[in-house]
Amino acid sequence: MLRRAIENLGNRTVQGIWRMGFAARFFFAVLLHSGTAFRRFGLTIREMYFTGVLSLIIILVSGLFVGMVLGLQGYETLQTYGSEEALGILVALSLVRELGPVVAALLFASRAGSAITAEIGLMKATEQLSAMEMMAVDPIARVVAPRFWAGVISMPLLAALFSAMGIFGGYLVGVQLIGVDEGSFWAQMQSAVDFEQDILNGVIKSVVFGVAISTIALFEGYDAPPTAEGVSGATTRTVVTSSLAVLALDFVLTAFMFRGLN
Amino acid sequence: MNRTTLDLWVGLFVIAGIAALLFLALKVGSMNTVNTSDSYEVVARFENIGGLKVRAPVKSAGVVVGRVVDIRFDNERYEAAVTLRLGKHYAFPKDTSAAILTSGLLGEQYVGLAAGGDSVKLKDKDQIQLTQDAVVLENLIGQFLYGKAQEGAPQ
Repeated sequence: MLRRAIENLGNRTVQGIWRMGFAARFFFAVLLHSGTAFRRFGLTIREMYFTGVLSLIIILVSGLFVGMVLGLQGYETLQTYGSEEALGILVALSLVRELGPVVAALLFASRAGSAITAEIGLMKATEQLSAMEMMAVDPIARVVAPRFWAGVISMPLLAALFSAMGIFGGYLVGVQLIGVDEGSFWAQMQSAVDFEQDILNGVIKSVVFGVAISTIALFEGYDAPPTAEGVSGATTRTVVTSSLAVLALDFVLTAFMFRGLN
Repeated sequence: MNRTTLDLWVGLFVIAGIAALLFLALKVGSMNTVNTSDSYEVVARFENIGGLKVRAPVKSAGVVVGRVVDIRFDNERYEAAVTLRLGKHYAFPKDTSAAILTSGLLGEQYVGLAAGGDSVKLKDKDQIQLTQDAVVLENLIGQFLYGKAQEGAPQ
């Protein structure tokens, strides 16, 4: 009984490490075979349409609402200290530093990451990937790498759109609805938000998230057992793993970027 | 979907994303980090800098003219040496004085420069001679209480 439990634990550990190693090798293989994704950029553009353009609606609408809620809640709190004009700072800093990259990445993982996994998993299940190999077409270069780069390019653009939309939402609620002074809303925001420290770091975060989500989604799809059940399990794992990875990476990046700032 | 419509949509997406980044860079943030190329550094020594931090603004007449780039403790004179990076187009007389001030009641601390009357301007790596320390609240309260006690004392 005990022996069985220990064996089970050992097996899981070995499996886990094996999968991690496989994922790392997969990641480097994608990087190595990226040539086609840039030489035939049409492939990447096609994937950017599916991962980026089709995610626009959910990103823009969520950004607007997150910003509007931040405006309402921030105003309530700041009002008690008589500093309503700082609403611009609150909305802009929380969006640009944290909420923009992180929430956009979480939405991207569930909107685009799951779709990528399902697509690749099904391609594998229906032996389309093996068929490509038979025709001497490298599936990593032809199928995987364009999707990877499409995700990496789309993610920072989506995060920037999310932040911009959120700030617009905060402006709508704070200035137009509640009546915070428009001049001090923008002026205080501009004096508090620094281009390098805040905006550039937010962009770097979203690029890292893009790499992480694309890698996890593609790997789960590529590694999925070629059954209906396997593909559905892989899709679930993509959303769970990439969301957790985004949150954990966000903590690490924030600790490096913003420690010692204030 | 045919190729050109796809390209069009992706192009629009990229343009929108870059526009959002530009909006963030220009309207939301400001490039207020002074470049090393068009700036010069001066050192001001204070006995007490209070809560002054690196990256705090340097203001003259209320206008931001530079940033605090370095704060270190001088182990020979037991003072704080604060390095200020000022924009090259802001030239200050040599007898300019620096003071650590607070914006608002509980606001951030900044370095205020008051221009003097000297015709010689401050150069790179120069030192500001006249400085005024940060006001420490405890000392202020102590002085106030001391003054009150003196008032109330029998003549």
